[in-house]
Formats: sequence, structure tokens, C-alpha cells
Amino acid sequence: MNDKLNLSVASSPHASSPLGTRSLMLDVLIALVPALCISIYFFGPRALTLTAVSVAGCMFFEYAYRKLMKKSNTLGDLSAAITGVLLAFVCPVTLPYWAILIGDFFAIVIVKQLFGGLGKNFLNPALAARAFLFSYPTLMTTWASPLQFVGLGSAADAVTAATPLASLHSSTLPEGISLTDMFIGNIGGSLGETSALMLLLGGIYLLIRGVIRIRIPACFIGTVALLTLVFPRGNDPLQWMLYNVLAGGALLGALFMATDYATSPATPRGEIIYGVGCGLLTVFIRYFGAYPEGVSYAILIMNVCVWLIDKYSMPSRYGITAELKQAARAAKKGGKA
Amino acid sequence: MKHKFYGGVHPAEYKESTAHKPVVPLANAPAQVVIPMSMHLGAPCTPLVKAGETVTVGQQIGALNGLGAPIHASVSGKVLAVEPRPFSGGGTMLSVVIENDFRNTACPDCLPRSGWETLSPQALIEIIRDAGITGMGGAGFPTHVKLKSALGKADTVLINGAECEPYITSDHRLMLEKGEKILAGTRILMQALNVSRAIIGIEGNKLDAAEHLKSLLPTGETGISVVIMRTRYPQGAEKQLIQRLTGRKVPPGGLPADAGCCVFNVGTAAAVFDAVALGLPLTHRYITVTGSAVKRPINVLAPIGTSFAHLVEEAGGFEGTPARVLAGGPMMGVAQCDLAVSASKATNCVLCLSEGDLPIQDKEQTCLRCGRCVQACPMRLSPLYLHMYADKRMWRETEELRVMDCIECGSCQYICPARIPLVQSFRTSKRELRKLAEKQKEGTV
Repeated sequence: MNDKLNLSVASSPHASSPLGTRSLMLDVLIALVPALCISIYFFGPRALTLTAVSVAGCMFFEYAYRKLMKKSNTLGDLSAAITGVLLAFVCPVTLPYWAILIGDFFAIVIVKQLFGGLGKNFLNPALAARAFLFSYPTLMTTWASPLQFVGLGSAADAVTAATPLASLHSSTLPEGISLTDMFIGNIGGSLGETSALMLLLGGIYLLIRGVIRIRIPACFIGTVALLTLVFPRGNDPLQWMLYNVLAGGALLGALFMATDYATSPATPRGEIIYGVGCGLLTVFIRYFGAYPEGVSYAILIMNVCVWLIDKYSMPSRYGITAELKQAARAAKKGGKA
Repeated sequence: MKHKFYGGVHPAEYKESTAHKPVVPLANAPAQVVIPMSMHLGAPCTPLVKAGETVTVGQQIGALNGLGAPIHASVSGKVLAVEPRPFSGGGTMLSVVIENDFRNTACPDCLPRSGWETLSPQALIEIIRDAGITGMGGAGFPTHVKLKSALGKADTVLINGAECEPYITSDHRLMLEKGEKILAGTRILMQALNVSRAIIGIEGNKLDAAEHLKSLLPTGETGISVVIMRTRYPQGAEKQLIQRLTGRKVPPGGLPADAGCCVFNVGTAAAVFDAVALGLPLTHRYITVTGSAVKRPINVLAPIGTSFAHLVEEAGGFEGTPARVLAGGPMMGVAQCDLAVSASKATNCVLCLSEGDLPIQDKEQTCLRCGRCVQACPMRLSPLYLHMYADKRMWRETEELRVMDCIECGSCQYICPARIPLVQSFRTSKRELRKLAEKQKEGTV
């Protein structure tokens, strides 16, 4: 019977978890759907078309770049689609389509593919593109009012509103905006960042599915909450803290941006350092920066520290006890002297 | 007190197809057995027989040669040849081929021993050595060497009933069917190490076995305890089992004895009882023959040296086309290209996988940096960085990242969403580092 058999030989293990790159990315896309839905409800159908254009743009640039460079087609891993959705989420719904396409190009080609593609980029593509798009500061800070639908085409005549962050920036609680409005998302702001409720729903889905781990978002939000609670800038500490956590991109950033695999640490201790660092910088920029929002820059700054964090937060060696460590340290010192 | 080991994964178990099937002797005894002269860690044995000689069951046919364990005939009959044959560990190995006369004539030296209860540790260790007992869990470390190195250092005997690899049920059945033997063997091992404490660790997916062993313990028993552990791979790995059962850790490069422990598989404990009380050397073992590519998955008691082809026949032959045949479980088993290889002392499973069971391959293999491998590594390594350096052949850097600590359990590769062949890359890295070390040695001499 032996000669009939064609047995394949490979190195162990001979089993693999069903969880693959594509399924992880698909889960992230699913988790972003609730926030998109409520955005369409508050800002109108332009939220959907802008997101769709952004996704199409990202996928096109990914495809075109890989084709041009004679590399394999990676559209199937869905990471470009996520970048598309996330970039739309951090832009105002009034942003012209041509502008978001510029952002798509910057995110996919400059930030991601030029560094080697998926997993090799050191900045979060969507956030880096957002920072780049601030070359058009007026376009990027024209906030539509909720429930005042924006036209599908040009959005120049949109009814605009100040975001809660603007009043927080001047150390006052936003007037006429209740915490419930903040929680549901009935406020001005970027396309996908306003509804804490829907973002949390998506985040919980990702946590349950094991796509993201709790350390980064918990440390991020926890640090923001703690700092704003301790330094309320003359307001009621609890209210000040809640407004700060719910306002701006804190939840979107903590759950969907800071947890981006390629640009966050891979070690458990590193995740904690990174989350706390993001929270610290966010509050720092919000309190002392010229610009009201700090989340995206906080994450971008922490992005570039990831390799350093990983290097110094590697899990300690198995079997090394305190005494062994001390002995090793003593030996090192002795060797130097 | 509960301890946890770090990391690990929980692959699908697939144990249900054989977990409830009692162990049966082979329906047809093999017409010939091929007994490799190395089924243990260490140097191969020197054959004691020549072609044409007749042997009896239990007769020594391979003599200890440095580190190792002697080897005994598993059937009676005529020696056909002493020559290199395909080996389940890879490549070929000098083997003794015996034609079975189907009489099972026992070796006259194999007689029950009385008064072993009062034997000294040294005397017990000698008996265990002469019976050719090696670790039955897979690695095949000579048991007498383990005992000798731990004597006086260890204060606890750990009995490994974790069987954390998917598919395998031979230890599970052994615990259910030969519980008394395991307990008696455990007491002998305690006597041989002069210790008064033993812990039997069993994973939660074998509660019936744990309950059975508990029920066999006399009331008021203080020496031996049975601990049920949450099912988690690689809990049966020596270092992880020690950490889980005692909270102690083996220092890097150290032996379990450095953590005061000595770990034996349940099968080893049973074999020790056979050797010491019944005078029987290690000639047979429990093997699970399973996988979606065999017709009737079974647990069998087979003479060592039975060919894989014969074992598959015992399981009703192949179902469809087998894609891969493994000696051992899916996580650490060795893929075979020839079914003429025979079961060794360490073969706990013959696993026949169909095409659909094979690990999913991803052509891209792009590391996402998701960090799952770091969270899964029970040795607290950073597989993604190790792979990054190994991929660029930067061996020194992998050494700094402690690649030598890797136990090759496969948890990182199992969990990797990009399906990167991490373990293979670490094996290469270790091999290259050993080569470098040898070169360095030669240079300095």
C-alpha cells in the first residue's frame, strides 16, 4: 500500500487556529458598522457616500501601487478597506471628495506601501493622512451640525456647529449639550467619532471576538479619565471627566486606532505603557495645545515609540528569579570593573 | 494553591473519537517487528543479537551505550536482520528485525520480584535502567538518568497525565484502565527518589480519569494527590507542568531537579511498576491510532517495533487518501514519509490526517505585529522578533532574544493569523547557533 501514498511532510505544528488575517480585518469592519449607521442618521447620506468614496479610493491605490510595483494583490486582506473607513471617520462629513482621495493616497501609498505594506508601516495610515489633510485647515474643521443633513455633492452651504471639544478647550463645559447627547452622538464632530455608544458596541464586539485586547483601550481611556478627574480646570470633576472622555476622538482612537496591530506594541507590558502614554499625551495636548483635539497626535507620537517600547518591555525570561537576576547584575558590574 | 503557567493555546481537541474506546490488543500480531536501536535521547544501543538467532519476549537485544536505555525484544522469534531501517524520528536507524513466531515465549529472566518494597533508591534505579524504561510521553528521556540526576535534589514527584496534545487518548485510557498500576508506579518512583510527595496532574477534559485515580487513593492518603488542571496546551510540557502544579520555575538551562521536581508520564509510572514488581522490561505500549484518514480510530496495546502500516491496518485501513501521517500529536508530532517506520517507546499516537485537516497556508505570510505569539509563548519569548531576525539570518540576535529557550511547542505558529512557519524558523536558528558554537570551540582549542 506504500507506493500509492503521497504523504506530505512538514515541520510541526500540523494544526492552525481558524483565525486568519482576513477574518480579523473583517471583524474590524463589522465593528465599525454601528458607528457608520448612526453617523448616517445624524449627518445624512453624505456620511455613507464619503466613507464609500474613501474605501474605494484606498482599495484602488493599494491595488494600483501593488500592480505597478509588480507585487501580489493584497486587497483580499481587507486592511485597505479598514484604512478607508477609519480615514472617513476622522474627517468632517463636509470634506470634499477630492480631499479625502488625497488622504487615501497619502495613507495607502506614502504611509503604508512605501514602508513595505501591511504590518510594516510605523504610523497609523488613517491618522497620518488626517494630519496630512490638515494642510487644508478650514476644510478639516468645518463641523456639520447633527440632524442638519448635508448635501450629497458640495457641502459648502452646510449648517456648521462648534464641537464640544472647542468649549472644553476654553475650560468650560459645552452649553446646551447634555451628557446623553454626547453619549448617543447628537453632537458636531468628525464623521465617525461622535457616538460613544456605537463605538463602545463595536469595541465590545472586537473584545469578545478576541480581535483586540483590553489593555490599550483601558489604559488609554483610564489615563484620560484619571487626569481629567484630578485636574478639572475649575469645573465639577466628574462632569468634566465624562465630557472629556466622550468628546472628540477619544473612544474612536482608543478602541480602533491605538489598537492597530502594526503600530502598537506586541508585548503585554508594552501595551500598558503605550495606552498610558496615549492618554497622557491626549490630555496634555488638549490642555496646553493650540488645537482642541489631541487624540490623533497623541497616537501618532506613541506610534513612533512602539519599537522602543517593545524593546524594553519584552516578557522577562522564564525561570529567572529575583536572586538570579541580582546575581546576573552583580556579575555584569564585576565584569565591567 | 493554584498556579498558572504563562501563555499557551487551546486547539480543538478531537479526542472524542477514541476517548471512550478501551485499549485492545492487536487483532493480528505483526508478522515482524523492527526495533530501532535508539528510542531514547542519547547514544544508540549496541545490538546484542545477530541475524539467525532466536529471541524471547523481554530478552535484551540492545545494550546501553553511554546515555540511553537498553532495548528488549517485543515478540519471540528469529532475528532476520540487524540493519539500518527507516525511523520515525527521521532518516534511518540501526534496527533489529525480528520475525514473529506468534508463540510469545517469555524470557526466563522476567520473573515477578518479591520484597521490592524495601529496596534502596539505587537498587530501584538499577532495575528501572535494566528494564529499558524511557519517558513514555514523547521525548523519550531515559528514566534512570532522570532519577539519578534528581536523587537527593527533588522533593516532589510529578506525574504527567495532562495529555494536552489534541487527538491522543492513550494516556487517558491508561489512567482509566490501569489506575492501580500508575499509583503503584508512582509510589515506587517516590521510593526511588526518597521523597514523600507526589502530584498527579490531569487536564479538565479527562475528569473521569481524575475521579477514577482519586477513588483509588486510600482514605487519609497524604503522599499522592490528584490535581485537575484547566485544559491548555502545552500543559504537559515539563517546565509548564512544574509551574502549574508547584508554582516553581526551572531556571534557564537547568533541570527540573533544580526546581526540586522530577516529572514522569503516567505511562512511565505504569512501566516502572511492571519493571520493578513484575520484572517485565518495556516491550509494549499504548498507542492511539486516529485521525480523519483512518476508518476506525482505536487505542491499541502494541509491541514496540510494530510498523505504522500494520497499526493503520488495525484501525481499519485508510479512509480516503491520507495527506499526512504523524508520529505523535498535531502540535509536536513528526511527519512520516514512509509507513514502514515502526512504533518506538515514545510513540503515543499514529495520527493520519486528511487534506482538510492540514494547517491553513497563507501565501502572503505578512506579520501583522498582532502580538498573539507573544501572548501564547509559554517560555515568554517574542516569536515575532525572533522570526524577524531569523528571516534575515541574524543568528546572534536570535540568541540574544533567547531562541535557545524555545521548547518548539508550536503555540505561536498555531495562533499566528498570518500562518508564518515560526517553529521551523526557530529550529533553523538553533541549529545555526549550535554550528557557530562548535566553530568557536574549534577556533579556541
